[in-house]
Amino acid sequence: MRTARKIAMVVIAATLLVCLNAGFLAPAHYAAEFREAPNAAPSRAHWLGTDALGRDLFSRLLYGTRISLLLAPAAALLSTLLAGFIGGAAGYLGGIWERLAMAAADLVLSLPWLFLLITVRALLPLDVSPLISLAVTFALLGGLGWAAGARVLCAGARGLRNADFVLQARISGMHGLRLFAVHVLPNLKPVLCAQFWISVPVFILSEANLGVLGLGVAEPMPSWGGLMRELESMWSPLHEWWKLAPLLLLVAVTGSLQLLISREELTA
Amino acid sequence: MSTKKLSGSWVLAAGRLMLALLAVLPFALPGFAQSGELRFSLHNEPTTFNPLKVEEDAADTIAYLTGGVLARVNRQSQALEPALATAWKITDGGRTITFTLRRNVYYSDGTPFTADDVAYTVRQLMDPALHSRIADPFRTGSGAVQTKMPAPGRISITFPAPIVGLDRLFDQVVILSAHSPNKEMAVLGPFYVADHKAGAYVLLRRNPNYWKRDAAGRRLPYLDSIRLDIQPNRDAEALRLRRGEIHLINALDSEYYDRLAAYVPGALHDAGPGFDTEQMWFNQVPTAPLPAYKLAWFRSTAFRRAISEAINRADMCRVIYHQHAQPAMGPVSPANHFWFNAGLHAHPYDVQSALRRLQREGFHQQAGSLVDREGHAVEFSILTNAEKKSRVQMAAMIQQDLAKIGIKINLVTLDFPSVIERITQTFNYEAVLLGLVNVDLDPSAQMNVWLSSGDNHQWNPKQASPATAWEAEIDKLMRAQASTMDARQRKAYFDRVQQLVWEQEPFIYLVHKNALSAISQSVVGAQPVVLRPQTYWNIETLQLKDAAGGRGH
Amino acid sequence: MARKILQHALMIVATALLGGLLTAAMVRFAPGSSVDERELDPRLSSGSRQALRQARAAEQNFLRFYVDYLRRAAHGDLGISRTLNRPVRELLAERAPATLRCAGLGLGIGWAGALALAVSAAVLRRTAYDAFATVLAGALLCVPAAVLALLSVFANGPAPLVVAVIVFPRLYRYSRNLLAAGYRQPHLITAYAKGVSGARIFFAHVLPLAGPQLLALAGVSVSMAFGAAIPVEAVCGIPGIGQLAWQAALGRDLPLLLTLTVMVALATLLANLASEAAAQMLSPKAR
Repeated sequence: MRTARKIAMVVIAATLLVCLNAGFLAPAHYAAEFREAPNAAPSRAHWLGTDALGRDLFSRLLYGTRISLLLAPAAALLSTLLAGFIGGAAGYLGGIWERLAMAAADLVLSLPWLFLLITVRALLPLDVSPLISLAVTFALLGGLGWAAGARVLCAGARGLRNADFVLQARISGMHGLRLFAVHVLPNLKPVLCAQFWISVPVFILSEANLGVLGLGVAEPMPSWGGLMRELESMWSPLHEWWKLAPLLLLVAVTGSLQLLISREELTA
Repeated sequence: MSTKKLSGSWVLAAGRLMLALLAVLPFALPGFAQSGELRFSLHNEPTTFNPLKVEEDAADTIAYLTGGVLARVNRQSQALEPALATAWKITDGGRTITFTLRRNVYYSDGTPFTADDVAYTVRQLMDPALHSRIADPFRTGSGAVQTKMPAPGRISITFPAPIVGLDRLFDQVVILSAHSPNKEMAVLGPFYVADHKAGAYVLLRRNPNYWKRDAAGRRLPYLDSIRLDIQPNRDAEALRLRRGEIHLINALDSEYYDRLAAYVPGALHDAGPGFDTEQMWFNQVPTAPLPAYKLAWFRSTAFRRAISEAINRADMCRVIYHQHAQPAMGPVSPANHFWFNAGLHAHPYDVQSALRRLQREGFHQQAGSLVDREGHAVEFSILTNAEKKSRVQMAAMIQQDLAKIGIKINLVTLDFPSVIERITQTFNYEAVLLGLVNVDLDPSAQMNVWLSSGDNHQWNPKQASPATAWEAEIDKLMRAQASTMDARQRKAYFDRVQQLVWEQEPFIYLVHKNALSAISQSVVGAQPVVLRPQTYWNIETLQLKDAAGGRGH
Repeated sequence: MARKILQHALMIVATALLGGLLTAAMVRFAPGSSVDERELDPRLSSGSRQALRQARAAEQNFLRFYVDYLRRAAHGDLGISRTLNRPVRELLAERAPATLRCAGLGLGIGWAGALALAVSAAVLRRTAYDAFATVLAGALLCVPAAVLALLSVFANGPAPLVVAVIVFPRLYRYSRNLLAAGYRQPHLITAYAKGVSGARIFFAHVLPLAGPQLLALAGVSVSMAFGAAIPVEAVCGIPGIGQLAWQAALGRDLPLLLTLTVMVALATLLANLASEAAAQMLSPKAR
C-alpha cells in the first residue's frame, strides 16, 4: 500500500508540475490552428495529434488540465465543507434546525438549477474574462453540490449525538462549536472523504456540460471536461486511441487522489 | 373431467401459443426490418398532426408523407407539378387562382375528395385564429377570401390582395377533409398515421386509396409502412444507420458524413450546395447597450467589408466541412437555379485589402493590435449557440483569422433561447453567428428579412424609416418584386437586392453547406436532392431491396 | 403518532410548494423565457408574432401564474405544455412508467453492485481487491454520462444498465467508506479476540453504525438516479420524464417544468422520509 501511495503522489505531483508550466512545456499555443493537419494522428510535431480544427491536443490537454486541476478540487472542498457543516450541524442539533436543513437539502436536490446558472451567465458581461467565468462556474458547482452529502452526514451526526464519548465530552465541559469540531466532524470523515473524492471528477465533467449554457471556459480555451466531451464523437477507440488520453489521465489522477485521501490501512 | 384430459388440453393450447409466438417473434424483435417497412428518425416529438399548424421538422415530415396537396413542387426539377389538381390558372393580377381537380379520388377512409374539401381547407387556412407559417404568406391583405365553384370539379379562390408565387404556395397546403368523421386523420397522401406512441415512434401505413399510379398502372406507394422513431441524439442516429437499424438520415451533418464514410460508404450522398446559409452579422441597432464607438464600427460598411475579406472561407469549407460546403456569395445559393444572381462571385480572402480598407477608415496597428481613430482597441464578442458544433468551430476559426490583423475576438456560446432573447429583445450583443434554413425558393418568403421595417431584419429590425440609403433602396426593390407577376422583372429586382447585400454586407455570409444525406443501399429508387425533404421526396416510388422482387399490387 | 405523520406530511407539502414557487421565479427570470424560437421564421406575419408573445404573457407575473397553477392543479388540471401542445397530465402519465422502469431498475442494479463490492471489500480486507474496486469505480466516475449512454446504444445494451453504471461509483465509494469505518471500531478487536463470528460482527457491530447513513444514502440515491436518467433517456431515445425535462428546460416550458419539479421534489422528500423512518426503526435509541 505504501508504494501505491508513493506512486499516487508522484502521479499527482507530476501532473501538477507539468500543467502549471504549460506555458513553457506546451509545444504550441492552445488556440493555434494547424489547418493543414486537422484530426491528425500522433506524430513528432503533435504528440497527441490534433483536433478537428488542427489544434495540438497535447498542448490543449496541458492547458485544460491546469485549470480544472486547480479549480475542481477547490470547488469539491467547498461543497464538502458546506455538506459537513450543514449536514453535521443539522444532525447534531436536531429538532427544527434539522428539519429546515434537510428540507433545504431536498430542495437543492430537486430544483432545476440550470436556470439559475443561465441567469448568472446573463448577468456577467459578454466579454467576461474566461478565468472569472470559470471561477464563477466552479463556485456555483461547489455551492450547489453539498446536498447529497449533507443528508448522509446528518444521519451520521444524529447517531453520534448520543454516543458515549460525546456525552463524556459534554459532561467534562466541552460545548458547542468546539465539541462539534473536535468530536463530531472527525467521525464523519468517511463520508466527507467520499464526498470530496466523488466531487472532483464530477465537477470536471459538469463544467463541460455547463459550456452549453455559456458558463465554463470560453472557446478557444480548452478544459478537461471539454476535451472529454469530444469522446462522444469518437467511434473507434482503436483507430483513434490518442483521443482517450484526457480520460486516462483523469482516471489516473482520480485513482491517485483516492489513494492519497484514504489514510486507513486495511488490516488483515 | 379427469386431470389427465385437462392437462392434455393445456399442453395443446400451450403448444399452439408457442407456435404462434415463434411465428410472430421475429417481427416483434427490434432490429429485424420487416420487408417493405422504411425506417428513419424524427429528431423530436411532433407537436401536431394538423398539417396546417405545422411548426417544426417532425410535424412537417408527417404532413409531407401523409398529406395530399393540389400542386407539388418536384424537389428534383424544382418545377411545380399537378397533384390533386390537374391544372390551374392564375388570373386577376395574382388575386384569383382556379384549380381543376382530379376526379375519383378518395381519402384514406373512403370519403370522396371534392371541391368542398378545398373550400373547407381554405376557410381553415384563413381563420384569423390560426397562426401558422403556412397560412401567413396568404394574408397579404385584409378582407375575406372567396371561394367559388364555377363547375363541378373546379374551384376558384379569390384573395383580397395579389400574392406573388401564389401557385407554389399550395405545395404546403394539405387538403383536409370537410366531411370525414376522422378529421385530419383522413388523408390523401401516400401514407396515413396508423399508430403513435408518444415520445417513441410514429407508424405510417400505406394508404390503400392513394390516387397515384406508376407508369405500369400499379398503385403507389410501393412501401408497406414507414416507422419514424423519435431519436433526438444525432450520434445515436448515426450509430443506428451504421448498424442498419434505420434506412436513411435526411439532413446529415458533415461531421457524420466522414465518420459514416468509413463504414457505409455507398450510403452517403452529397447533392451539392444546399440552400442553407451560415452568416455573421453585427449589431446596428441604435439603441443597443453598446459603447457608441463600437456601434460606429459596426455601422461602417468598410469595416464590415474588411472583416469579411479577412475571413478565410476556403479554410472553413476544408477544415470544418471537409469540402462539403463552398464559400458563400450571398443569401441565395447557386442551387436556387432561377433566383441566384449569377453575376456574383465569392467574397475574396485578401488580408492586405482588408487592412487597406481599415486604414482608409482611420484604423491603424498599435502594439500588435488594431485600434480605431480614437485609440480604442478593436475588440468585440461573437455570440453563437452552443448546440451546433460547426458554428462554434467557425467562430473559433474567425477568431484566429481576425487575430492575424490585430482584432481580439471573445467567443460567447449560449443556449439558443438566450441567444434569441439577445438578438430580438434586449439587443445586448455585438456580433452573432447563426444559420438560416431556407425552405422556400421564392424571395417573397423573406420579405420580413429585407424590409427595414421587418421583424427579421436582424441587424436592425423594425425600423420606423430606413436608417441608410441602401436599406431604403432594398425596401423599394423588395416591394417592387412583390407587386408584379412578371417573373423576369422580379428576378431583375431581386438580383439588384443581392448585389446591394454583397456590397454592403449587413450579413457576412460564410458558407453554403452542401445537402448531405445517407441512404442505405437496401433502399431502391432513392435520388437525393437539395430541396427538403432530400431523401424521401419521392417516397411513393421508394422500395426496399428485399421486398422489391415479390410485391404485386 | 398521528400527529407526527401529519407534521411530516405538512412539511413535505410545504417544501414541495416552496420548490414550485422558486422554480417559477427562476424560470421567469432566466433569459429566453419570453421569446419563442418560432419568431425567427420570416414567413410569420406580425399578427402571428403577437399571438406568440401573448401566449407567454401569462407567465410574466410568476406569482400570479403560480397561484393560478395551484388553483387549477387542485382540480386536476396541470396546465398545457407550451413546447408539446398537450396537457401536462397526459404527458406525465405516458412517460412516467418508462422513467420509473429505467431509473428504478438502474438504481436497483447499481445498489446491488455497490453493496456486493463494498461489503466484500470490507469483509475480505485484501489490498489488491480493494485497489481493483477503487480503480473500477474511479474509471466509471470519469467517463461522461453521454459517452456511457452512446456506448450502450452502440452495444445495444439496456438503458437501465447505464443508469446503474452511473450511480454505482458514488454508491460504492460511500458504502465502502462507511463499512470500513465500521470495521475500524476499537471494540471490534476485543470481539475478534473473543472469537465472535464474522457474520455476527457484521450484523451486530458494523451495520448498526453504518446503517442509518446507508439508509440516508438510499434516500439520496433516488434523486441521483433521476438525475442520471436525464442524459441516458436523451441519448438512448427513451420516452421518459428525463427527456421531457431536458426539452422543457431548453424550451423554457414553464407549466411542464413546474409540474416536473414539484413531482421530483415530492419523490425526493418522500424517499428521504422513508429512509429516515427506516433508520429510526432499526436503531430507535438514536433519537
